[in-house]
Amino acid sequence: MPARRDIESVCVIGSGPIVIGQACEFDYAGCQALKVLREDGYRTIVVNSNPATIMTDPGFADRTYIEPLDLESVASVLERERPDAVLPTLGGQTALNLAIELAEAGVLEELGVELIGAPVEVIRRAEDRQEFREAVMSCGLEVPTSRIVTSLDELEDVSLPAVVRPAFTLGGHGGGFADDQAALERQVERGLAESPIGQVLVEESVRGWDEFELEVIRDRADNVVVVCSIENLDPMGVHTGDSVTVAPQMTLSDEAYQELRDAAAAVIRAVGVETGGSNIQFARRRETGELRVIEMNPRVSRSSALASKATGYPIAKVAAKLAVGYTLDEIPNDLTKTTPASFEPTLDYVVVKFPRFAFEKFPGADQTLGTQMKSVGETMGIGRTFTEALLKAFRSRELDPGAPTPWATLDDLPEGLHPWFRDEIERAKTELACGDLLRAKRAGWGDDSIGAALGVSGVEVRRRRHEQGVLPAFRRVDSCAGEVEAGSNYFYSTWGEADEGLPESDKPRVVILGSGPNRIGQGIEFDYCCVHAAQTFRELGYEAVMVNCNPETVSTDYDTSDRLYFEPLLSEEVLAVCDREQPVGVVTQFGGQTPLRLARSIEEGGHRILGTPHAAIDLAEDRARFGSLVEELGVRCPPWAIVASAEQAIVEASDIGYPVLVRPSYVLGGRAMRICYDDDELEEAMSAVHGPEFVGATGTRVSAGSGLAQNGVLLDRFVEHAIELDVDALCDGDAVFIAAVMQHVEEAGVHSGDSACVLPAPSLTLAAALEVEHVVKRLGPALGVVGLLNVQLAIADGTVYVLEANPRASRTVPFASKAIGMNLVAAACRLAAGEKLSDLALSTPRPTQVSVKAAVLPFARFPGADPVLGPEMRSTGEVMASAADLPTALAKAERAAGRPLPTSGTAFLSVRDEDKPAAVAVAAALAGLGFEIVATEGTARTLRAAGLEIEEVAKVADALPDESTVVDLVRRGRCDLVINTPQGSGARTDGYLIREAALVARVPCVTTISGAAAAVHAIANARAESALSLQERIGVTT
Amino acid sequence: MTTGYLLLEDGTVFRGRSVGADGAAFGEAVFTTAMTGYQETVTDPSYAEQLVCFTAPMVGNYGVSDERDESDRPHARAILMRQLGGQEWAEWLKQRGLVALEEIDTRALVLCLRESGAMRAVAVASEEQLSVAEALEAVREQPLMEGQALVAQVSSRESYVFAETGSPRVAVVDYGSKRSILRRLAASGAAVTVFPHSAEVDELEDFDGVVLSNGPGDPEPLHAETETVRELLGKVPVLGICLGHQLVGLAIGHETFKLPFGHRGANHPVLEKQSGRVLVTSQNHGFAVRATDAEQATHVSLYDGTVEGFDFPELKARSVQFHPEAGPGPHDAWPILDRWVEELRPW
Repeated sequence: MPARRDIESVCVIGSGPIVIGQACEFDYAGCQALKVLREDGYRTIVVNSNPATIMTDPGFADRTYIEPLDLESVASVLERERPDAVLPTLGGQTALNLAIELAEAGVLEELGVELIGAPVEVIRRAEDRQEFREAVMSCGLEVPTSRIVTSLDELEDVSLPAVVRPAFTLGGHGGGFADDQAALERQVERGLAESPIGQVLVEESVRGWDEFELEVIRDRADNVVVVCSIENLDPMGVHTGDSVTVAPQMTLSDEAYQELRDAAAAVIRAVGVETGGSNIQFARRRETGELRVIEMNPRVSRSSALASKATGYPIAKVAAKLAVGYTLDEIPNDLTKTTPASFEPTLDYVVVKFPRFAFEKFPGADQTLGTQMKSVGETMGIGRTFTEALLKAFRSRELDPGAPTPWATLDDLPEGLHPWFRDEIERAKTELACGDLLRAKRAGWGDDSIGAALGVSGVEVRRRRHEQGVLPAFRRVDSCAGEVEAGSNYFYSTWGEADEGLPESDKPRVVILGSGPNRIGQGIEFDYCCVHAAQTFRELGYEAVMVNCNPETVSTDYDTSDRLYFEPLLSEEVLAVCDREQPVGVVTQFGGQTPLRLARSIEEGGHRILGTPHAAIDLAEDRARFGSLVEELGVRCPPWAIVASAEQAIVEASDIGYPVLVRPSYVLGGRAMRICYDDDELEEAMSAVHGPEFVGATGTRVSAGSGLAQNGVLLDRFVEHAIELDVDALCDGDAVFIAAVMQHVEEAGVHSGDSACVLPAPSLTLAAALEVEHVVKRLGPALGVVGLLNVQLAIADGTVYVLEANPRASRTVPFASKAIGMNLVAAACRLAAGEKLSDLALSTPRPTQVSVKAAVLPFARFPGADPVLGPEMRSTGEVMASAADLPTALAKAERAAGRPLPTSGTAFLSVRDEDKPAAVAVAAALAGLGFEIVATEGTARTLRAAGLEIEEVAKVADALPDESTVVDLVRRGRCDLVINTPQGSGARTDGYLIREAALVARVPCVTTISGAAAAVHAIANARAESALSLQERIGVTT
Repeated sequence: MTTGYLLLEDGTVFRGRSVGADGAAFGEAVFTTAMTGYQETVTDPSYAEQLVCFTAPMVGNYGVSDERDESDRPHARAILMRQLGGQEWAEWLKQRGLVALEEIDTRALVLCLRESGAMRAVAVASEEQLSVAEALEAVREQPLMEGQALVAQVSSRESYVFAETGSPRVAVVDYGSKRSILRRLAASGAAVTVFPHSAEVDELEDFDGVVLSNGPGDPEPLHAETETVRELLGKVPVLGICLGHQLVGLAIGHETFKLPFGHRGANHPVLEKQSGRVLVTSQNHGFAVRATDAEQATHVSLYDGTVEGFDFPELKARSVQFHPEAGPGPHDAWPILDRWVEELRPW
């Protein structure tokens, strides 16, 4: 059956900002889908609010809408574009939920738009617990016994332990285990609040059972193939996103595996997915073989991205083709070209995925793993044996020193781990100690680990290996275990084997280093840059060679580069790739901190860094040298000092003057950064950097910040009440081009990654703008930047201060590129390849619209951690919105971030003393808009004094026994907006309780006074405005 | 553990560690891409006189169980693995006298066999037992797989009843039948009687249907068996599986030929022409039928276009090159057996 020609245009819905449970795997899926749909002649429209995605690049679809993923926006895009079909199965749960909303609101019917990939009834059957249970039971399979609960009154006779799962939430969000009745009630209450339809499932606990997932694809001829089996090392009870997983499954016999395969095929048929992929999860009791179907996602998923990378079978690509009518046998296997997609990949290697956690960012948060996903990223390792793959993924995590994490060491294994895995891990440990380098390498150990075991350095191990001829070999991922010839360009390393697929082309090669696992501070933005770097170098006539270990990304799609090495981003593996590829240069400026850390060893290994050299990075990071450089240049920066101890810090701080900003060097995302107003706070901050011990999730004692302080701790004078700017610029070593000057909405002190930012900068005076330009233009060449440069500045009382300079692509590059309509990465690559700015002839961007970037924060995942903005970055993702004016753009950005600003109702204010004067204007504006104002005592007094009518409410601490407090007010939904600036943060303070209550009640909660002012301005002035596509906005046709 | 090796007739040597029995095993080096079912594979009589390389990275992970035996003994002569996945499996191999090597660069071996075709080879547990030079000479003296009639050595000697009750009554001619075929027939409700490869037409023609089983070696020299099949055609409904399919092909007048390196695995896509559906099949064959008229094929390999099945309604005969009984492998083609049994069932 060939493609449907009754459809001419398809709208693909993306997944929005990166959040826990929904990351860049959906950008990967969306990109693949758009690519094949366009190749097939379909007109494509994409809607996604996330600017850091490749799928929202102007060249990826005919029409690109960077708009909020809500009913209002998507409906208006559909109305404007009138596509024939909407494909919602590539944008995660977000897109599926939107599809249901569009259908229920009658939008699809009204506009005559067909839902392809998964019709509404299929989505319902897979997502609605009751319907799903019936579908599964109709094919003779079992689900855990369960009941659907919509209120707390329905919990009699539930057999415990039980698991609580809310319907229609991300990554099992809001779910959990209950061992007793009290816990059950707590979990159900929370689950009901989290579920958009107020429905939770209370079910038989299969905690401790083995967990398997199958990635299944079905076409409209009813062909079903299983692309990949995945086995979880952490047994049932730990969310699969938080589990270490292995593919293919390792411990099931053929008969047991075929039983799963049959069950998966039966379930996909019963649910009725006709064209596309699904992920089906099973629990299996090891002792008896009893099977339960746990859940099914009728769409591409995180697991399907993993399965695609694990097998080389491009599930999203195939799913998109199936959605427009092809059958599996009509679609060629991408890797072999000669055989069809209607087969099941067979692996001659093993793949292991490790989750990457970021608990260090959320002190106070519960680190126990459960049914609610908490990890922020993942790594994948490919090896010829289980332990080789395991150790690669394990080593790829790039853990912050001392960061608490499950699987901190290989002695730290989960309870209930299948003995087969345990034995293999023990065997690997034996091999480490055996003294034979080849055997240790074959087990999967890195040079550093072997060195530690032998009492020598990793570099020495490397030297000995080379002496003994113990070198890695590279193998192809070909989806067929070598049975069919495949010219695939997708490689991994192993040891003691023959090598294959040496580079053959005469073209010069560049090696591009990716950014590794997503983590807070280093996410999809850097992958975006790496993908563009690959595209640009290919256009410039180079072969692009990509190295990365993050299975979620577009960069690890074998289509992105000429050659892909799925390898840890560690000096050993990167050098091995460089030695093999003999590139003309290695590109390190696009992958965040990860490649920068490798820059030195790459140069020492005899390879050239393309563009900004390592020396520039060192110069920018070394505060002492950077300090004297700015002094030479006559550029002002806040007074600073480097200190080694709390005592020294207190001495220096008295010279510098409070408040001071404390931060370790060589970290991204403001790790362990704090603002201190006095000696006590400073002492506390210093101890956090050096690390008091605390007990990690797995019971091991770890030190929070140990190791962070190895390069000394920086103390900066914190410039108060300053406007903070982010500047992205290009430098060719001599000249500088200022591409984007962005102003933070929150004032200095909130990490730039968490602050909303605006382009063009609204409150920049001409004089200040000239000064900023002057500063950046001097910094670029002085640092020796060839490529991208990011400078953060603060302006206070007309004075411009440089806060930091980063001679690399910054987090804001994708946003800036889309806001100004210029591909900054492409320009940077040309400079790195030797062109001059004068060759590029860039014209000064004059954006016609105001663009706002807003951060999305994961606080709801980390109960116990204070949901307040500060100098340490905690956001996982971002959204972008553009409009003719700032208030409209800001209001839209807040909507896109899932925090729509109220336009009426009750606003609660409680601000710290420093903010009280400014709060008056905010409250007055709100009152003027018709809001009722509620405040706690101190704030109320200030506001009343200014003549405002205020309802006073008690703080929790001050409340009389029966008096209702602000927290009760928020919980009961009496507040529509919370403005609460922290008077010291941390658990159990009144502010913390208010913020947490707002978080649970999903009430927008603003924690800075500047943010509040912006929000109120937006509420007052936002206008309804129809969406413009990116192509129209920046004047590009694609 | 000692250092052993695999030597191919072209002189290529793959070193490995012996984890099975001592000694040297001669045979044809082949590979299977199935990721599960190692015990089923080794006990499948179709692997007689072969050295089986598993492309699965680790073999032996889930131990052994008598229920997984496809016959009463191992038939593969030696096995070659990248890594042994469990001691129970090694013990099983050792007890049954199989040479087994791990740490073989199985991917290099597969690429070599894919390029040069299946080759005569020897797996040697220890170089001390047989030097490479001596081994090479010996390998080159071994017979080629082409021309080898092997069913006599693996077929049961006497007929026996596998499933006494049931309907229809099905006879299975055992050219090296896997137990999964017998089990699947019985599971579909058939009474199953097994006959040796040399069974005569008059022994078989009174059954409601006859299954021609799988088996090892080259079908071409099986003249007596082919003659019996020819006589059966039209008399009694026949279902050929694998070697049985090849015998049907020969009986009809087609030729068989040796595939370069065979089809062995559990993921092979086969197009069922009539329904337009794709079956993911279990396969294990080194020979195939060259149809004089390609239109006659009911099933076609989507890998190389070779014939995967026939249907001759006028002769009441159909056949499949792949293994509908699975064991190991997917159950997609179970209905082929089930439907055949169903159709034979007297009303």
